[in-house]
Amino acid sequence: MNQEQLVAELKNIVGLKEVIHKPDDLIAYECDGFTIVRARPRAVVFPNNTDHVAAVVKLLHNNRIPFIPRGAGTGLSGGATPINGEVLISLVKMNRLLSVDFKNRTAVVEPGHVNLKLTNAIAHEGYYYAPDPSSGMSCTIGGNVGENAGGPHCLKYGVTSNHVLGVEMVLPDGEIVTLGGTVPDMPGYDVTGLIVGSEGTMGIVTKIFVRILKKPQGVKTIVALYDSVDDASQTVSAIIAEGIIPGALEMMDRVAIEGVEAGNYPVGYPKDLAAVLIIELDGLTVGMEAMAEQIVDICTQFHVREVRVAQTDQERTLWWANRKTAFGAMGRISPDYMVQDGVIPRSRLPEVLQRISDISVESGLRIANVFHAGDGNLHPLILFNAANPGETELAVRVGSEVLQVCADVGGSITGEHGVGIEKQRDMIKIFTPEEIAAQVEVMRVFNPHNLCNPDKLFPKPSRCVEVKRAAHTH
Amino acid sequence: MNNFKWPDPPSVDKYSVCVHCGLCLQACPTYLETGNEAQSPRGRVDLIKAVSEGRMAINESFIDPVFRCLDCRACETACPSGVQVGTLIEEARGQIRQAEPLTGFKGMVSSVFLKGIFPNPGRLKALGTLTRLYQKSGMRKLVRGTGAMRLLPRHLQDMERVMPEVSARTSREVLPPLVPAIGEKRGSVGLILGCVMDVLYADINLATARVLARNGFDVMVPQAQTCCGALQVHAGERPTAKLMARQNIDAFLEAGVDYIIINAAGCGATLKEYEDLMQSDQEYAHKAGQFVAKVRDIAEFLVEVGYEAPKGRVDVKVTYHDACHLAHAQKVRTQPRQLLHSIPGVELIEMRDSDVCCGSAGIYNLTHPDMAEPILDKKMANVPPEAEILVMGNPGCMMQMSVGVHRKAMDQEVVHTISLMDRAYEAEKRSGA
Ligand SMILES: Cc1cc2nc3c(=O)[nH]c(=O)nc-3n(C[C@H](O)[C@H](O)[C@H](O)COP(=O)(O)OP(=O)(O)OC[C@H]3O[C@@H](n4cnc5c(N)ncnc54)[C@H](O)[C@@H]3O)c2cc1C
Ligand code: SF4
Ligand code: SF4
Repeated sequence: MNQEQLVAELKNIVGLKEVIHKPDDLIAYECDGFTIVRARPRAVVFPNNTDHVAAVVKLLHNNRIPFIPRGAGTGLSGGATPINGEVLISLVKMNRLLSVDFKNRTAVVEPGHVNLKLTNAIAHEGYYYAPDPSSGMSCTIGGNVGENAGGPHCLKYGVTSNHVLGVEMVLPDGEIVTLGGTVPDMPGYDVTGLIVGSEGTMGIVTKIFVRILKKPQGVKTIVALYDSVDDASQTVSAIIAEGIIPGALEMMDRVAIEGVEAGNYPVGYPKDLAAVLIIELDGLTVGMEAMAEQIVDICTQFHVREVRVAQTDQERTLWWANRKTAFGAMGRISPDYMVQDGVIPRSRLPEVLQRISDISVESGLRIANVFHAGDGNLHPLILFNAANPGETELAVRVGSEVLQVCADVGGSITGEHGVGIEKQRDMIKIFTPEEIAAQVEVMRVFNPHNLCNPDKLFPKPSRCVEVKRAAHTH
Repeated sequence: MNNFKWPDPPSVDKYSVCVHCGLCLQACPTYLETGNEAQSPRGRVDLIKAVSEGRMAINESFIDPVFRCLDCRACETACPSGVQVGTLIEEARGQIRQAEPLTGFKGMVSSVFLKGIFPNPGRLKALGTLTRLYQKSGMRKLVRGTGAMRLLPRHLQDMERVMPEVSARTSREVLPPLVPAIGEKRGSVGLILGCVMDVLYADINLATARVLARNGFDVMVPQAQTCCGALQVHAGERPTAKLMARQNIDAFLEAGVDYIIINAAGCGATLKEYEDLMQSDQEYAHKAGQFVAKVRDIAEFLVEVGYEAPKGRVDVKVTYHDACHLAHAQKVRTQPRQLLHSIPGVELIEMRDSDVCCGSAGIYNLTHPDMAEPILDKKMANVPPEAEILVMGNPGCMMQMSVGVHRKAMDQEVVHTISLMDRAYEAEKRSGA
């Protein structure tokens, strides 16, 4: 099928205006939030409902044309990058909130529904949707399912998979299936759990059944400023050791603070600070005051320079806006940056930070650290300038070294951003070839022709073996 | 390699600030309308970068997204990196204009209005006089009666219907060169009369002068001033805009005023960005800085220097629309609300998404009615039904929202913030308070 026929058929399905296909019209779709690799898609289609998606997928499947589901394209690991000239199936127009059941605390959304809009839509009844990635103002719940997104509050409330009860999905051959549903648990394998975090390699999610939560009765937000990263890390461990599970426990180091203070929402943190902790308690108001005092005490034990409980909502909102725009604000202090997403056992935090700092010194690249400290999820932001020859490659290498450190201490190479194309090679840091092969087998059950988001997630060599095998069996 | 070959191109320093995070997407009215990345802030910046790096030519795939941008700057509020999307777009438009002179209806609009009429107060007044003649002479009745209006594009038809009655004289003619301060003099300000304000909304300029004088300022009206050039900058007619900027800078610096006051949001944003516009002009770059330091929006000014709250009552429920170029470009949000709250009797009911663009955007509603219409529809749907007056600080929005009121057969009055202040001060005079 040539391009012209393809475009005509696609337009036939979704409508004349819902297909983008002229080469220069596709430039803006060459990458997502991971900008290091760019490639032009064959076309972009905007389905408006599940039948559209199924028909488009069937057409592409029958012609063996690869395709990728795409949400808002805020992914940081290149999951939606069309490296094989795929057709992008953009779900942004399937953005309706289909139903809300307050009594049973569930809601059904289309995949293009923007994360934060769900909370906004149900806030008037005192409910919210817990997974809160910092990109929440833009990213879609479909994309969250793709990446099993987390956020500051996942320490206490869990990541996307803990809030998705079921999905409707178009399989890579165009068949529509429903997995799970609004009932909390279904007999048999937890296939929904398998789909969440599969980075679009198993099919296209077209409807999502999610859990919604009642807003906690009270919140208390505390900010603690430190002269040493070590003290801040010790505080984190001590809080958890006390058996306190804060709603969120976030940390930023010196370079990160420099970035956010140059950004749109400066708090006015002192310039010579080594670390900031944001600790948020939520839940019943009874006992919260005492718990806040306990936390202030712990901070003091670890030589905090200053510790404050937010007095007003404005103050709290500003602290969070400052923290949540940390990635973007790096643009203020560096022409380019690469976000890493490693996980480590919390207790190893001081040691890992030291090693990251050594890597920074050795490579000459600055590294800013932003973490969901409570659950050991680090976001080292590697600052570089792509205009300097060789610096992009250096940044990629530094990123990989940092992930090696995480793997070495028994952690993981991604906490919430996914593997995409960015970390394919890093998969071998934590999995044996056999383990990877087993995962590829599972993927093949859903995606036997490797048409749905091909060549992502798994390292290439193993993929080659798998593709050869697929060629034999079909 | 760089396909921007003319002076004033979008610079690496400006576009490289964008990290492609996408946090701006949901703020952008054209992205929300189309779902197309190319019609989003980061998409537009990406395309500008592509042309700059020679990966893309200046062709329709570039021109359309760049001109479909409302220049509403909502993305700048959302962007954590502080990308100056508005300036990048304006510079890109400047390049496109030089690469491809305009043709057709848009070309006509552009050359007649942007180069011919707006930079020239005399011609602008002539246009005003013609409009007035048209409105008063029975021509209007004739045109409406015979259906000749149907020949006009729909948006122009609606515009014709809601066009304010043009007063006999422009504010330029009415206002003396100096309106003296009332009571103890606190300083002197220069008043920018603008183009549309001067002719179509002369009364708003008069109200502004009265309010300033009432609060102790000598109001100077330098006769040599001209339109600010906002429409030209937005349309990419940078050379014309620069000529106008020079003229204004000279006129107001010579007047030696403490502040330069503007009551139109779009003009205010452009005036405050004269430094960017004049950066490559050796002679004027510095003077532009001095000029910019004095420019204030009227609401911003009153709150900054302090004003006497009116004692007269205006009993009315109002809602406030944040003009993009006040809220996003100038970050003036709280001050107009503060003015409204200080008027006895005024009840302010906030509208949802008050800072989302109404679709007016200079002459955008004329050049891109297909996009402006749905954007306006969304805006009107957010107007709280109990509000009797829609208040805002920009003439373009006033026209556009009037079109909205007319189309939806609603009955709100559309009023400038300062006019409402003026009403209160006038009420105070009448009551002898
Ligand atoms: C500034 C910034 C902050 C961020 N903060 C966080 C954070 O705190 N926590 C976090 O977890 N992530 C974070 N991210 C990463 C990113 O926002 C998330 O991964 C998000 O879930 C991606 O959603 P999206 O709609 O943009 O998806 P996309 O980027 O469009 O797609 C992501 C992946 O999901 C797949 N996909 C998309 N839609 C579907 C669908 N309907 N069915 C199946 N697969 C699909 C795609 O193929 C791709 O592999 C951040 C990103 C940025 C830029
Ligand atoms: S313009 Fe700002 S918000 Fe938008 S993608 Fe670029 S950096 Fe992010
Ligand atoms: S200025 Fe307005 S229309 Fe233009 S890109 Fe920014 S948000 Fe979108």
